[in-house]
Amino acid sequence: MRMPTLFRNSILTVCLLSGTVLVSQPAFAATIHMIPQGDLKILDPIQNPGYITRNHGYMIYDTLFAQNAAGVVKPQMVDGWTVSADKKSWSFKLRDGLKWSDGSPVTAADCVASLKRWGAKDVSGRLLFAAIGDIKAVDASNFSITLKAPFGPVLEMLGKPSSNVPFMMPERIAATDPNEQIKETIGSGPFVFKRDEWVPGNKVVYIKNPLYVPRKEPSDGLAGGKVVKVDRVEWNYIPDQNTALTAFRNGEMDIYELPPADFIPTLTTDANIKLAADPLGNQGWLRPNHLAAPFDNPKARQALYFLVNQGEYLAAAGFPEAYRHKTCMAYFMCGSLNESSSGAAPYAGGKDLEKAKKLLQEAGYKGEKIVVLTPSEPPVQAAAAMVTVQNLKKAGVNVEAQAMDWSTLLARRSKKDGWHIFHTFSVGADVFSPAVNAYAQANCDKAPSGWPCDTKLEELRAAWVAESDTTKRKAITDDLQKRMYEVVPYVNFGQFFQPMAYRNTLSGVLNVGVPVMWNIEKK
Amino acid sequence: MNYLLKRLLAVIPVLAVVAVIVFLLLHLAPGDPAVIIGGDTASAEDIERIRETLGLNRPLPEQFFHWVGQILQGNLGTSVFTGMPVAEMIMQRVEPTLWISALTMLFAVVFAVPMGIVAAWKAGTWFDRAISGLAVAAFSLPVFVIGYGLVYGFSTRLGWFPVQGFKSLSDGFVPFIRHLALPVISGGLIYMALLARMTRSTMLEVLGEDYIRTARAKGLSKRRLLLRHALKNAAVPIVTTIGLGIAMLLSGVIVTESVFAIPGIGRLTVDSILRRDYPVIQGIVLVTATAYVVINLVTDLLYGLFDPRIRY
Repeated sequence: MRMPTLFRNSILTVCLLSGTVLVSQPAFAATIHMIPQGDLKILDPIQNPGYITRNHGYMIYDTLFAQNAAGVVKPQMVDGWTVSADKKSWSFKLRDGLKWSDGSPVTAADCVASLKRWGAKDVSGRLLFAAIGDIKAVDASNFSITLKAPFGPVLEMLGKPSSNVPFMMPERIAATDPNEQIKETIGSGPFVFKRDEWVPGNKVVYIKNPLYVPRKEPSDGLAGGKVVKVDRVEWNYIPDQNTALTAFRNGEMDIYELPPADFIPTLTTDANIKLAADPLGNQGWLRPNHLAAPFDNPKARQALYFLVNQGEYLAAAGFPEAYRHKTCMAYFMCGSLNESSSGAAPYAGGKDLEKAKKLLQEAGYKGEKIVVLTPSEPPVQAAAAMVTVQNLKKAGVNVEAQAMDWSTLLARRSKKDGWHIFHTFSVGADVFSPAVNAYAQANCDKAPSGWPCDTKLEELRAAWVAESDTTKRKAITDDLQKRMYEVVPYVNFGQFFQPMAYRNTLSGVLNVGVPVMWNIEKK
Repeated sequence: MNYLLKRLLAVIPVLAVVAVIVFLLLHLAPGDPAVIIGGDTASAEDIERIRETLGLNRPLPEQFFHWVGQILQGNLGTSVFTGMPVAEMIMQRVEPTLWISALTMLFAVVFAVPMGIVAAWKAGTWFDRAISGLAVAAFSLPVFVIGYGLVYGFSTRLGWFPVQGFKSLSDGFVPFIRHLALPVISGGLIYMALLARMTRSTMLEVLGEDYIRTARAKGLSKRRLLLRHALKNAAVPIVTTIGLGIAMLLSGVIVTESVFAIPGIGRLTVDSILRRDYPVIQGIVLVTATAYVVINLVTDLLYGLFDPRIRY
């Protein structure tokens, strides 16, 4: 039977056209495809502290200082700096040849404007800027900071590794109100954002920044030379985790940034896949509402500690034992420079429902309904909420688990009434010191949802940041943590290690808690 | 012509009602984009300032009339998260959804109509029972089960098709088809089943009519009888089902889009709802409502082609 002419010609035309189009497609030999942890929807890493936005920041922006793998702050955009004997006058000189991706030179005025915007928004930036008397550009490549009050961790704050990271932007962009999103994405980092290829909810594309000048030192943590060895990076957001896992295992993707904990055993058995977890890990938080009875009474908040068995929480979230810290009682992370056991002794025995009941009674709890905001996802928060609900019930508490999506939870918890407990977690880099740990704040209305209010705790935080001497600072850390165990701004429900998975076709992947794309080679 | 004009003008009040309802439902539902933008560490003061910059602290009527004013100027607004124009975000997503919908319906029609015709012609035989059984099975299986099953078989085991993603036709015909094959089959089976059953039952009814008996008695060929006389008279309900199917597909491809990570309108809708991106949701609803009205209109006009008695 003969094929009708029109039909035959149509097929031929389509084949020829598709062949032409196929040939004309640009080839990106060295392209890394990553399944990111979420959908990049906000491009401003100062306005928004979300980790996906922070990761975007590390692709296109650079920092003045950066932490190396040992947690030591090293210069990045800065060439050199001096500090006066009283540690109040700081001078910084930028490296030569730094350029924005639009070709214009990076100036000290750009850096001053960027720091000011960051200082208006970030928890530690606000602490630093409260101590700054004057910050100004001296000339095109030098700027100075003069402190009006002592401030110890100046360099640590300028090299803060996680949200909000003090990324440098051109002055005209940094002049944007910190609560308003920036409209341009011009950085001086190792990659350039391809706005024309950005499809929110699907794909983010970066190409190598030809104007980037890496440092000469080898890569070390977030510090050192950010040498880019691929042409292009694509973040391909896959909302369905089963599809993401299959695509990754099939080799369609090179990196799976945050596979759910219950996929870890499957990934571990695949010879083509490697796992790398940030050695500092993450910390889970059970946050009571300090304004809602009975948790306006510290005894009720202390009772929550007797409901927590960290292993129980992390097992419920699906983390295999190898990816959990056994029990960590340090508010500022186990394994960090600020690890302390001060104040933890009363809770060292772990979960004790009788003690919890007794403390709740002493706090005046008489069976009122306790509302636990219970999200359907993300999985860690969802599992933690369910465990807390069960434990509260076992302690005889009249508890109501209110199920909702994460966006509703965020809206609910921003209101001061109508809820008692929610759960969240943070990466170690945002927890490891009193200066960066936002949930350690006890400055009442200025604190994040939960609103702890304690003058002594705030005084200790202020003393910590004012101290330069590491031994004295350690003593303050101990006092501060002791006070935190009395006030209980939040309960730590466990330290866990969320791995990033990547295929063995990649080498040079840096295990720094942020999916940085420099130093990586693809076979 | 008058009828067409009247129907087109009727779109305006429909869209106005949709706009008011959607706006109110969205703004009265719990959730606040400002708290999402502010993130985990934002204070109440930060959130209030973000609300201010987004204009979310203004009275609801003022926000509504501002939005309506934009719409009247042909501007669907700007996403509060991405800062991109809503129209651009929708345009980015239209192509995958249209292709999936069109090819899914094509797949369904190409297989279902002949299956339904033959099943009706051979009513009561093993073929009819097999078609009915398959239709029930395809109708009963959720799209995501079929999707994961196809991925396991054809992507993981055989490696014939990619697991996820979408390639535009401009990226080449072969990658385009390879990326769409599994989504189209998994999404199309349910419509195929629906359409096959509808075709079968309608054809059965028509085949029992006197004029069909007369035509058979006159010695008309089987092909001419089925296609020219029976199918044409059975076409109106089939076309209605196809029309409804297309409308359902436009909003119902979300599962297919999610399973196969295809950046279509369905996923944009869900993502926008989850993060309370009001302008985007409102824009999508308006565009989708317009598409529904147009599809219904086209379906109504097609009736006249198949049944000359229907005139507007």
